[in-house]
Amino acid sequence: MEKKKKVKNKPEVSTVRQAKHGGVLSAVFGIICLLWISPMLVVLLNSFKRKAFIFRYPFGFSSKSISEGWDAFIEGAKTIFCGTLNYTNGLKQTNFWSCFGNSLFITVGSVLLIILCCSMCAWYIVRVNNRTTKIMYTLCLFSMIVPFQMVMFTLSKFANMLKLSNPVGILLVYLGFGAGLAVFMFTGFVKSISLEIEEAAMIDGCNPIQTYFRVVFPILKPTTVTVAILEAMWVWNDYLLPSLVLNINKYKTIPIAVQFLKQSHGQVDWGAMMAVLVLSILPIVIFYIICQKYIIEGVLAGAVKG
Amino acid sequence: MEKAIKRYFPLFALPTMIAFAIGFIIPFLYGIFLSFCKFTTVVDWEWKGLENYTKIFVIDGKLDTSFLHSIWYTALFTVVSMIIINVVAFAIGMALTKGIKGTNLFRTVFFLPNLIGGIVLSYIWLMIFNAILQNFSKTIVTSQWTAFWGMVVVVCWQQIGYMMIIYVAGIQNIPGELIEAAKIDGANSWQLLKSVTLPMLMPTITICSFLTLTNGFKLFDQNLALTGGNPGRMSQLLALNIYDTMYGTTGWQGVGQAKAVIFFILVAIIAVAQNKLTTSKEVQG
Repeated sequence: MEKKKKVKNKPEVSTVRQAKHGGVLSAVFGIICLLWISPMLVVLLNSFKRKAFIFRYPFGFSSKSISEGWDAFIEGAKTIFCGTLNYTNGLKQTNFWSCFGNSLFITVGSVLLIILCCSMCAWYIVRVNNRTTKIMYTLCLFSMIVPFQMVMFTLSKFANMLKLSNPVGILLVYLGFGAGLAVFMFTGFVKSISLEIEEAAMIDGCNPIQTYFRVVFPILKPTTVTVAILEAMWVWNDYLLPSLVLNINKYKTIPIAVQFLKQSHGQVDWGAMMAVLVLSILPIVIFYIICQKYIIEGVLAGAVKG
Repeated sequence: MEKAIKRYFPLFALPTMIAFAIGFIIPFLYGIFLSFCKFTTVVDWEWKGLENYTKIFVIDGKLDTSFLHSIWYTALFTVVSMIIINVVAFAIGMALTKGIKGTNLFRTVFFLPNLIGGIVLSYIWLMIFNAILQNFSKTIVTSQWTAFWGMVVVVCWQQIGYMMIIYVAGIQNIPGELIEAAKIDGANSWQLLKSVTLPMLMPTITICSFLTLTNGFKLFDQNLALTGGNPGRMSQLLALNIYDTMYGTTGWQGVGQAKAVIFFILVAIIAVAQNKLTTSKEVQG
């Protein structure tokens, strides 16, 4: 009897306790979260400061302390802030919009290509079960553990020889190097689809192409989202592969532009750097806010399987 | 049905296979071949046998420890960041499964840095580190240890949110009855953690440990942007050391390629070990 009582009471006690501590814990976590994103906030703040003042007053709002009076404080703020000057400089120095366009084109293009080709290939590998497809699958698995440094020299030289050093050609390179993960994830899912649906479609007179696009591809949607997110995160942020494969005098992606901002002049223009950093983070944050549910789910699925 | 699909090989499998051959298989095999050659482009190779491999450790009869330094520096960096990331991510994960108000918002915020790429991320922190360190008249590349801890902070900031998401999923998968039962038996929260939560989380812990392990080993962008290997190549992790050998000094491409082969073998060993460990866990569990 007593035990039963305990069972009943236990949850109530803990909910009461939680309600009591909940507010405090929320506040603590709120502060931790603010600290967590504070590096980004500092960059945002500094992107509006004159470059000479960024390292002199990195965390402040004004060159004068507020104890010297409000007017002096405002005057000090006016000296260190310069409005959007850094942004115009940064945009000009990096040619940011063309870099943004390259990044966007390469990311969207390679993700679409990877999804289309790799899902088809994965379906083929599962449905045609012979030695060739087994070897293909094993090679895909194997490619996932090979670090990029192993192939970077030869890959970039071959890409140059095959005239792939442009935003269109690099899509093929990304398809090749990203195929391992994508094929692996798609085959895992295709194996769980029952054959009967496809057989029914075939009996109704569909050829394999129709069967694939009308029946199989729609079923693959959850995995498609996961693969799209994982590959997009990788391609958008990738630095080394495009910097070696692309003809970077002509085509830069955002990470390459940021890295160039440091290399091109002996002295780094920290003002322009701050502005460009803000501009490169902004699209990611917006994209994240819009599809955060899919992103977190996709990353989770990818981590558990990979 | 299999036969019908088989005829469509050129459409379904061929495009991926061609790209895969260009993007991976041929460069990989040719890369192994080139590690035994002296070359500056892919066509002017000259067979040298094992010379590149000995040149990694011995130059002109003298022992060169730069690669060995880079190996242990990488190993130390990887282990330190792995421990910190996993402990903190687990702690946050535990806190965020208690049903605090605003949990979703906190999770979103913690995960955010993971979406930002290594280069951009590193320049954010480079500015902040140098802004703080200038008060002690230092920079991030004053010594290999300031560089070391700088990189640890950056990868922690980047990966804690990611690992936390995996831990949260793992913690939520622990059956509630199990915890209730332990509580009824009078377990305090330390015993609960040690005897119920941690054992039940073993698969998750394995996954996260290996993810952080391989991430640490392969780290490149952050190293390049934050320290560039300075001071004097002392803060070069393996990936940057290989890159520097290959593109930094002409005539050393072969040695760089040989280092890359060794690097690949190290990473492969870790991956195989992970595979063994996770599959044996699955059999038990």
